[in-house]
Amino acid sequence: MSSSAAAVPAHRREADLGNAMPIYLDNQSSTRLDPRVLEAMLPYFAEQFGNPHSTSHAYGRIAAEAVEQARREVAGLVNADPRELVFTSGATEANNLAIKGAAHFARLYPHRGQPRDHIVTLTTEHKCVLESCAQLEREGFAVTCLPVEPNGLVSLDRLAEALGERTLLVSVMAAHNEIGVVQPLAGIGALCRSKGVLFHSDAAQAFGKIALDVEAMRIDLLSISGHKVYGPKGIGVLYVRRRPRVRLLPLIDGGGQERGLRSGTLPTPLCVGIGQAAAIAAAEMTDEAVRLRRLRDRLQTGLARCVPGLRLNGDLEHRLPGSLNFCFPGITALELIEACPGIAVSTGSACTSASVEPSYVLRALGLSEADANSGIRIGLGRFTTSEEVDFAIDALADAAGRLADQASVAGQGRGPI
Amino acid sequence: MREPARLRRGNWARTETYLDWNATTPLRPAAAAAMTAIFTRCGNPSSVHRWGRAARHAVENARSAVGALVSAPPESVIFVSGGTEANHLALLGSGRDRVLVSAVEHDSVLRAVPEAERIPVDRDGVVELEMLDRLLAADPRPALVSVMLANNETGVLQPVAAIAAIARAHGALLHCDAVQAAGKIAVDVHAIGADLVTLSAHKLGGPPGTGALVVAGELELTPLLRGGGQERSRRAGTENLAGIAGFAAAAVAAAEEIAVYDRIRRLRDALEASVVAVAPEAVILGAAATRLSNTAAIAMPGVAAETQVIALDLDGVMVSAGAACSSGKVGPSHVLEAMGLAPDLVGSTIRVSLGWDSSEADVADFLKAWTALYRRCRGSSAGARAA
Repeated sequence: MSSSAAAVPAHRREADLGNAMPIYLDNQSSTRLDPRVLEAMLPYFAEQFGNPHSTSHAYGRIAAEAVEQARREVAGLVNADPRELVFTSGATEANNLAIKGAAHFARLYPHRGQPRDHIVTLTTEHKCVLESCAQLEREGFAVTCLPVEPNGLVSLDRLAEALGERTLLVSVMAAHNEIGVVQPLAGIGALCRSKGVLFHSDAAQAFGKIALDVEAMRIDLLSISGHKVYGPKGIGVLYVRRRPRVRLLPLIDGGGQERGLRSGTLPTPLCVGIGQAAAIAAAEMTDEAVRLRRLRDRLQTGLARCVPGLRLNGDLEHRLPGSLNFCFPGITALELIEACPGIAVSTGSACTSASVEPSYVLRALGLSEADANSGIRIGLGRFTTSEEVDFAIDALADAAGRLADQASVAGQGRGPI
Repeated sequence: MREPARLRRGNWARTETYLDWNATTPLRPAAAAAMTAIFTRCGNPSSVHRWGRAARHAVENARSAVGALVSAPPESVIFVSGGTEANHLALLGSGRDRVLVSAVEHDSVLRAVPEAERIPVDRDGVVELEMLDRLLAADPRPALVSVMLANNETGVLQPVAAIAAIARAHGALLHCDAVQAAGKIAVDVHAIGADLVTLSAHKLGGPPGTGALVVAGELELTPLLRGGGQERSRRAGTENLAGIAGFAAAAVAAAEEIAVYDRIRRLRDALEASVVAVAPEAVILGAAATRLSNTAAIAMPGVAAETQVIALDLDGVMVSAGAACSSGKVGPSHVLEAMGLAPDLVGSTIRVSLGWDSSEADVADFLKAWTALYRRCRGSSAGARAA
């Protein structure tokens, strides 16, 4: 059966690009599947293809056990009970489920008659959090979008002021997808717990990169993505605290899988994939963070040496090991990206990078529109080598120099104003 | 990267007999090949750099292939995480105040809109068209009708084109859950007249975790998942690239090999004939209706379906007692109840479903185990009566 004639030629064409593909420095938008993850997944695509809900027969039970093993691996990495995990199709769904699910449950079953219809989040959150909140606002919920400090971090004082009697939930991203900053999760969690407010954190970028502990950080809802941590696309997890119990209304109902919180046949191989990704991260995260931080510093100092006026966006200290975001003064990010075909970097979130708007995240840090337009996001990952970093320094510095020269020539050409 | 040799189906140990293809199917080799090509690459289809553009290219190729499976243009295909999500997007996103669903729909339809009005079915499980007409005429609000193309438990096909005509006459939209039908019979969105069609990859040899909602014509949908502008803002979330590529390759292969179901029909018919020959009191449900060629819903009166499934499993024969949904779910099938079958029959029905790789040997294995079980049960009940 080698007859997928319509689909195959296109893939082959892409494969031919192989050698010419740019160095991948966009690990925030997606990561390459770790070969060890693929290895773990393969049997469940092939001979162990049973439906994990078909527990009346052997294939189904084998699949179900693989899913539960994966659940334990993911739970272990965030210090959760496996029963607190709900598999979803990704972090976008997990975020939608956490925010809308908590809000809809609270509206349907108000606790002791006390309405809680207020949600607090940050202006710099991922679109899927902001859009979920916007939808709730249209449904009559109150939403506060707090600004962040110029370094991208939330002020705990400001957050405390925003919490009121009716506040149901606070949603703050663990580590930022564009600027890489890591929020003070334990502080936010303690604050929320003291006020009886649920704390949701979108940890799509943070999971498997930095230590997360739902107990120590008092996180009630935590969103996790597979493909940001060298696992497969199409799978994510929502952690839902059991003690004290966090109640949600499902977004997707039906067969009643995932304790009724998420119906639909679980994709066993993808569950196995995110489980294996978690297991690898658990074993290697600490050493990998050291390696990545070293590469990140090398990139930053190398670029700073060559590019006058280079500015780092977001706090340097509270930052993901592999994540950088720079403004190249006087050069737009799109010009720079076009001038560097050998490396794959981005202007910001992949979800919105096709739009020509300046990054709303950089604008939220107080950057001018021109500066926001010059922001470049660089994401180093597990498969990034120091040679690639050196290549990137040269490519970016070279292009930035050329573009700056052109700009100054063009400026002179225009003559005195 | 090392060639992942194990991502080729077909060499799993043949000590077991898999006859639960309506629950899920093995991955087709073409799908495995397409996915292998994707898994070794990186990139988010929304990224503008070359990795991202290559990923986008793969998604858009796949969109054409999946659309082609149901004779729909690529732009009508919205990729989602599976049939359950697609059904929710259709029923919750259509914006219609009134929803009517057939009584034999999958739980993912029934539970998407719990207050939906139920359209009754006849004893064979076929929607009663006159009732649909009457229900639609009774209330002028714009409605959405949801009727599946083929039932997952019995394989019974619905007269969807006739249902579409009735729906259209009343200004109602039609959603058709074609999860079980697609890949087993030719499906043409325009011929069946549905406005929305649900597809699932893992029921036709693609991977689990991927499905599609096909939207015929210009229909605004309210998204279920909000966020980035993926799928033209109708479904947020990074696309499941490998899953989508696998889905497309499976769709192409399924369409090319659809004639295999003629052979499957002969196997299924032979299986049913043998069952009835062994046990005259056995009942083939929906037998009078037009059915999928691969599905047999067989009642062994007096023997609980769970007992049968467990006994068959011990003999290495894998079938199911109905839909493979919430694990450990016991209780009568709403599908069989809606057909008006006696509780005794409902509780003693198993689903045997074949697929493109099913063989005479599989059928023989089933018949051997089933016959042995039947004789044991009859013997014990005869013994009980005698005592």
